[in-house]
Amino acid sequence: MKVLTNYFKSLFLLELFRGLSVTGRYLFRKKFTVMYPEEKAPVSPRFRGLHALRRYPSGEERCIACKLCEATCPALAITIEAEPRDDGSRRTTRYDIDLFKCIYCGYCQEACPVDAIVETRIYEYHFENRGENIMTKEKLLAVGDKHEAQLAADIEAQANYR
Amino acid sequence: MTDSTVTIEVDGRELQAKAGAMLIEVTDAAGIRIPRFCYHKKLSISANCRMCLVEVEKVPKPLPACATPVNEGMKVYTHSPRALAAQKGTMEFLLINHPLDCPICDQGGECELQDVAIGYGQDVSRYNEGKRVVADKNIGPLIATDMTRCIHCTRCVRFGDEIAGIREMGSTGRGEHTVIGTYIEKSIDSELSGNIIDLCPVGALTSKPFRFNARAWELTQVEAVAPHDSLGSNVNLHLRNNKVMRVHPRDNESINESWISDRDRFSYEGLYSSDRLTVPMIKKSGEWKEVSWEMALEMAAASFSEIKEPDQLGALLSPTATLEELYLAQKLMRGLGCDNIDSRLRQGDFRTDANQTHANWLGMKISEVDTLNAALVVGGNLRKEQPILAHRLRKAALAGASVHTISPLQLELNYKSQQSLCTPAEMVERLAAVAKAAGVKASGSVANIVNSAAIDEFAKNTAEALKRSDSSVVMLGALAQSHPDYSLLYALASGLADVSGARLSIVPSAANTVGAQLAGAVPHLQAGGKTADRNGLDALSMLKLPRKGYLLLGVEPGMDFWNGALSQSALQSADTVVALSAYRSPELEACTDILLPIALYTETSGTYVNAEGNWQQCRGAVKPQGEVRPAWKVLRVLGNLMNQQGFEYTDPQQINDELRTLCDGASLYNNITEPTSLEPTLSADGLQRAGDTPLYATDPLVRRAKALQLTKDAGNAAIRLHPQEAIRQGLESAQNALIKQNGYQANLPLALDESIPEGCVWISTGLRDTSMLGQPFGEVTVEKA
Repeated sequence: MKVLTNYFKSLFLLELFRGLSVTGRYLFRKKFTVMYPEEKAPVSPRFRGLHALRRYPSGEERCIACKLCEATCPALAITIEAEPRDDGSRRTTRYDIDLFKCIYCGYCQEACPVDAIVETRIYEYHFENRGENIMTKEKLLAVGDKHEAQLAADIEAQANYR
Repeated sequence: MTDSTVTIEVDGRELQAKAGAMLIEVTDAAGIRIPRFCYHKKLSISANCRMCLVEVEKVPKPLPACATPVNEGMKVYTHSPRALAAQKGTMEFLLINHPLDCPICDQGGECELQDVAIGYGQDVSRYNEGKRVVADKNIGPLIATDMTRCIHCTRCVRFGDEIAGIREMGSTGRGEHTVIGTYIEKSIDSELSGNIIDLCPVGALTSKPFRFNARAWELTQVEAVAPHDSLGSNVNLHLRNNKVMRVHPRDNESINESWISDRDRFSYEGLYSSDRLTVPMIKKSGEWKEVSWEMALEMAAASFSEIKEPDQLGALLSPTATLEELYLAQKLMRGLGCDNIDSRLRQGDFRTDANQTHANWLGMKISEVDTLNAALVVGGNLRKEQPILAHRLRKAALAGASVHTISPLQLELNYKSQQSLCTPAEMVERLAAVAKAAGVKASGSVANIVNSAAIDEFAKNTAEALKRSDSSVVMLGALAQSHPDYSLLYALASGLADVSGARLSIVPSAANTVGAQLAGAVPHLQAGGKTADRNGLDALSMLKLPRKGYLLLGVEPGMDFWNGALSQSALQSADTVVALSAYRSPELEACTDILLPIALYTETSGTYVNAEGNWQQCRGAVKPQGEVRPAWKVLRVLGNLMNQQGFEYTDPQQINDELRTLCDGASLYNNITEPTSLEPTLSADGLQRAGDTPLYATDPLVRRAKALQLTKDAGNAAIRLHPQEAIRQGLESAQNALIKQNGYQANLPLALDESIPEGCVWISTGLRDTSMLGQPFGEVTVEKA
């Protein structure tokens, strides 16, 4: 009996038409494809993209070289060197994130006691030369300076959940 | 206190304890952890932090474990609800005023307060009032302060009082207003001051050179032996990225206990000095050129081979080099037929060499110094030569030992002592007086000196103290060893020791002074510490009778020699000088022809034989910088290139094994048979120079440790003299003066110092600014500049 049913099903291409009916239904529904790069998908304030180092409104860099991000980084992507600055405060002389190693877990941001290292909403970046994968302190601060308003708003939005 | 044992019960465990022991000692030994801040096993008990409160049965209140003696049948609960409540309460009080700046605190990650707060602290503070703020103090170039973090455990105060012997810190104010400080604005000048960094349970006292450089969790710990004094203090090197970041003490009860000197702790800065030599260099028509190792070694071998008479060679070896290096250097020279090998570069008199059949040493175990009853220290400022040894002698003195000194400098001793202050020339007389008082029956030329000596009160007391006590010592320090009549002092001290039953101690000055003698890096002893068949020239004769070729190992002309000026002129007149050096300095560049970069103590495997004859091996902790090679490898290849037999080592252990076999049965022995023909050479006429090698000028590494060079003990190149003597010389208002000695002269700043005897000027050696002067003793004239 089963053999007979299967024979007729395949003879009349029943499964094919059932599949095509799904296609047909979606053909007339509202489209939800985002036309990247002309259009962009919405991004959560918790999005973990490119890193940035932030400053205080006074212009003073936030990072105090406590090295907690370096310690917590599971991919060992962060390299920090520190020494006393001329005014005696504790500052980094080197703060490198290797984006090839980074797994964008966001632990560095979690660990930071002063909200200095953050992951921004930026996900569009590329490298053309060797060495560009290293985000140096200057590059990180530049990203932070450019997007400070957004970063501050994002941190504010999540404040209740941290 | 009786030696009987009692049985107590801690957390249900039965423990045996010595009656009278404190509870915390018993629980520590049993591995039961009680939190504490103020208690430290090496310091007295103050019981002021209250963190170690425990519950004791039948006692209404919790008791501090550190100040509660054990009793028979005592039942203790360290983690009962009551004990925990007490501990948590204490923790809450401690955290009231402690700042929340762990992220910028250097102690973060190795902080006792952090550790204990994890176990006993709460996550929310109930204290809403303002926190206490205390101004930081500048206490010198070694220790950084953050006094707001202080929890008033007073470990640093007790350390200064009990161990360092200078009450430099103290607490003022009460309760909330208690402040730990130096009373008045001053720096901490103790030579053991760095230990308070380790003692501080929080980040109030941290290392200044290490400030903000690394985190505890980034560091790897490697064991090593400190190469600056003859004790060979055990240390841990803390490394990060193939770089030594700091040095910490490693407990060794028989050597350094829990402490290390500042010199051992902070000398690591010199490892990364900007004048570190990292490539082999040769001098071609006055110009220094970087060359390959092959070329440099071949040139060195060829230039030595050109000198046909091996007696025209000389080897001047640093006593801070490793045993293996010293052994290979002397093996190479003796293999070439040259016996002019010496490592006693700061010794001023070698006339007793013929009488010395054994290697010199401390004369006792280091730990035995604690139990001495009497000591006579001749020409030794032990605090500024061997800080840990001085600490042990202080322990003996506090326990009742009588300490006597004969010295051309009023010593700042941190215990009761009898000092005999005299000019350098008088040192022999003073010691002879003690010997006479003790009843030395001298013969030969020493007899005249002993017979003519006038016994004074000091001599009588000293002789009596030495004879009366069953454990006494006569020590010859660095100033005695650099004395131009050292052989007389040695003969007298040996005679005195024999008569009084005291031990004779020739305090070894450098890390491998004993090792160098065992390795044969002295002219009168061959490898294995046995008398040499042929006697070569000693360090001084090698310079007085200039050789054509010199091999230098780890020394800097001018600074590392008894006679700085002579060393430079002799080396400059030589045809070939090959220097194995870790640094390039103007002096080395002026005096040498080939510079071979060698590794320092952190970069090479090696052995140090300390003052008590203990062979301490350590392995290289970091990779050498640049093209630097360990000196044993360099010497090995030099041996191969000069066709010497037995230079096929592949591992320093093989060298060590070979020397150990040679040293089989070798003993360390100080006493000598009385030499016959000795005449004093140092005349008492005119103004006398005396000079030490300052604490932080003893070897090339420590001379480059930046922070140490900023301290008071670094020693400045100055003419120090008694105010009365200054008036006599017409210099009371002068800023600078011109010093003239044997045709050498220097213009140096003048300093008045009442610790210098009249008739004396004190000018240190080992400093660049005094290296153009001659020997540290002898007649000088001082003129207005």
